[in-house]
Amino acid sequence: MENTEIRELKVRHITKRFPGVLASDDISLTVGRHEILALVGENGAGKTTLMNIIMGLYKQDSGKMFINGEEVNFKSPNDAFDAGIGMVHQQYMLVPNMTVLENIALGMKSCWKGTWVDLDSVRSKINEISEKYGLVTDPDAYIWQLSVGEQQRVELVKTLCLGAKFLILDEPTSALTPQETDELIILLKKMSSELSIIFISHKLNEVKALSHKVAILRHGRVVFEGNTADYSSKDIAEMMTGHKVNITENNEEQVNGTPALTVKNLCVKSDRGFYALDHFNLEVNAGEIVGLAGVSGNGQRELAEFLNGLRKCESGTYTFFGTSLANKTPGEIIASGMGYIPEERNVEGIVPSMTIKENLILKDSESSRFSSHKILKNKIIENYAEEMMSRFDIRSPHINFTAGSLSGGNIQKVILAREISRKPRFLVCVYPIRGLDMGAAEFIHRQLLELRTNGVGILLISEELEEIMNLSDRIAVIFKGKIQKVLKKNEANTKQLGILMAGVKDDE
Amino acid sequence: MELMINTLTLTARFTVALLIASMGEMFNQKSGIFNLGCEGIMSMGAFLGMLVPFLYGGAGTVPGYINAAGLIAGALCGALMGLLFGVVVISFRAPQGIAGIGLQMFGVGLAGTFFRSYIGGTQSITGINAKAIPVLSEIPVLGPILFTHNPVVYIAYLMVPVAWYIIFKTPWGLKIRAAGTYPKAADSLGINVNKIRYESLAVGGAMAGFAGAFLTLCQAKMFNAGIISGRGFIAVALVYFGQWHPVKIFLGALLFTFAQSLQTQIQIFVPQFGYYEFLTMLPYILVIAVLAFNRKSNKFGPAALGKPFNREQRV
Repeated sequence: MENTEIRELKVRHITKRFPGVLASDDISLTVGRHEILALVGENGAGKTTLMNIIMGLYKQDSGKMFINGEEVNFKSPNDAFDAGIGMVHQQYMLVPNMTVLENIALGMKSCWKGTWVDLDSVRSKINEISEKYGLVTDPDAYIWQLSVGEQQRVELVKTLCLGAKFLILDEPTSALTPQETDELIILLKKMSSELSIIFISHKLNEVKALSHKVAILRHGRVVFEGNTADYSSKDIAEMMTGHKVNITENNEEQVNGTPALTVKNLCVKSDRGFYALDHFNLEVNAGEIVGLAGVSGNGQRELAEFLNGLRKCESGTYTFFGTSLANKTPGEIIASGMGYIPEERNVEGIVPSMTIKENLILKDSESSRFSSHKILKNKIIENYAEEMMSRFDIRSPHINFTAGSLSGGNIQKVILAREISRKPRFLVCVYPIRGLDMGAAEFIHRQLLELRTNGVGILLISEELEEIMNLSDRIAVIFKGKIQKVLKKNEANTKQLGILMAGVKDDE
Repeated sequence: MELMINTLTLTARFTVALLIASMGEMFNQKSGIFNLGCEGIMSMGAFLGMLVPFLYGGAGTVPGYINAAGLIAGALCGALMGLLFGVVVISFRAPQGIAGIGLQMFGVGLAGTFFRSYIGGTQSITGINAKAIPVLSEIPVLGPILFTHNPVVYIAYLMVPVAWYIIFKTPWGLKIRAAGTYPKAADSLGINVNKIRYESLAVGGAMAGFAGAFLTLCQAKMFNAGIISGRGFIAVALVYFGQWHPVKIFLGALLFTFAQSLQTQIQIFVPQFGYYEFLTMLPYILVIAVLAFNRKSNKFGPAALGKPFNREQRV
């Protein structure tokens, strides 16, 4: 099998069940030589499961796989590597406290010499791959020192070093900045002259730009297969979600609400000790959405944490509907009507090991609505959870499933349900649709606009300019802990925002 | 001066059991398994270290290879107990802390029971004796501190660079580190995480068993049920103390034993100092204090420590 070219990879009638979920339902797909297949589908549609089966990480319940017409049966990723298939997982598979070199050596069995590791051979292999594809990496850097974009390059180099001639990329752009995404697309296009690629994504502009063929998965089934060029993004989006997709836009007139949240001269330190926010000023009124645009790492995380009492400020004021909330506890801030959709939904937004219904009442377990005399009212909680599940379209077999078992979009809906049903006076949303598919994103955006109509002030922190432009009444650009400029919705355009985000002050 | 030389000589010798056990525990923890049962494994090792020469020659002198057999028996038993622990925490995914406490009680209890039925009362053995190395031991100050020990002591010190080499330079060490930090990544590269964890439990157990046998054969020359007296737990603490790095663990073991030796020597040399209970507490307070101030810097620690690996578990 080794070193033979993969002219065709075929999977036939693959079925895989997880407890309570049919993740792959009779899936058949074919990828030809030097072809790029885009596999699209909403979260939880079963894309990653299928890829893990191809890599030999999961064992299918039934179904077969063929390479060049011959049946193969991968028992571990080693078998897949030997056959020339490599995968870049969505969650990077790099050990943070090891160097790039060591991470690649971990997979390159040819450099294991019994009592020592031949790191020099790994190094020369890395150099060879780097030169061939223009993928620059520092072999001696530790993974924890690298940015997300750099880590992804390492993943690609690693996969190629292991001899992959068939690449599987699981949402490779989900954590990249727009520039990094463009570079990756160009690179992959170049690579497709030598490799076959399965590209998982739900960003349809990327799918259109890159792929030859597209296959759409929904609820574990292939619902469509065709040539990418024959269909528009809109067609694909509709088949993916199963219904017409409307871009959610904030078209309403700006209302002149009363000031809801005001911070002045705010200085907040980051974990590493420098000032992440440096004399930062911002004002958000009731009934408006202010989009905070910026490349991540410019103080957004610290701002969101400070506003919700999770981080202390060194100096400055924080006024919330007339009362000062600076350095108050999260409990006090929640009690004064603040809602929060945190950046890391899996670890900050929910307790993954607790059930959906428990996560839904996490902020109100002490309220008289859900408990009396310190005992939870189970029946009321269950009814409430059922209601939330249907109102917010949370897709899970049961309210007693752990929240951690849900897909990203459904986790976000649980968080949104909890925050919105508490009737907040204000909402801080951090990257609310990061990594979500269009259906879930659309749903979440509609909910935010509805909140706005009801007079709630919203601070929307995002890197996606499209999201910010579509939803915001005003747009503030953050750079190195300071506000660069605040623009009205109709004054802003993408190009100008991009320039401001890069740190250039325009004085037009 | 004499107090200091005595203290350092004792430190060099008494560190050994602790050092070997904590090196073993380091292998466990590097691969992601937290083995609180170290104390129990050491107990069984100590018992076998006594039993083998005792059955052969009682309290009399026995040939060197019999003593070596005692050490090896301790190590083999330790490896088996490590594997047993592996079955519980790796294959059955039992919570490691609780299972470790179970293993500790099991080991200590079993050693005590066997001791009563096979040896009976307090007995002593000749064991392995210290031997001064000619010429080198004559060097003033350093001579007695470094070159008046029994041969096993030198082997133990050699384990520090060897462990360092294994962890950082061999393919096996690479796999251990990956399995303990990010098992999913190791798995995605076709590395059998559970196999690696079993292997390192066997090695770690063997080292703990060896350390126990060292205690009876080279240090105490006798056995009783309480002989380990918390060394197994100190070994676990030292691994945190040394932040999973062999050299730092070695320094930690030295520091701890130094404090312990110092307090015994103060009791001997300064008998008028009445509060010896406080002196006995000194080494333990030291460990707690250092651990308390050490919490932040675990960037290089095994992040998956204590978590069973399950490929199909999501989130």
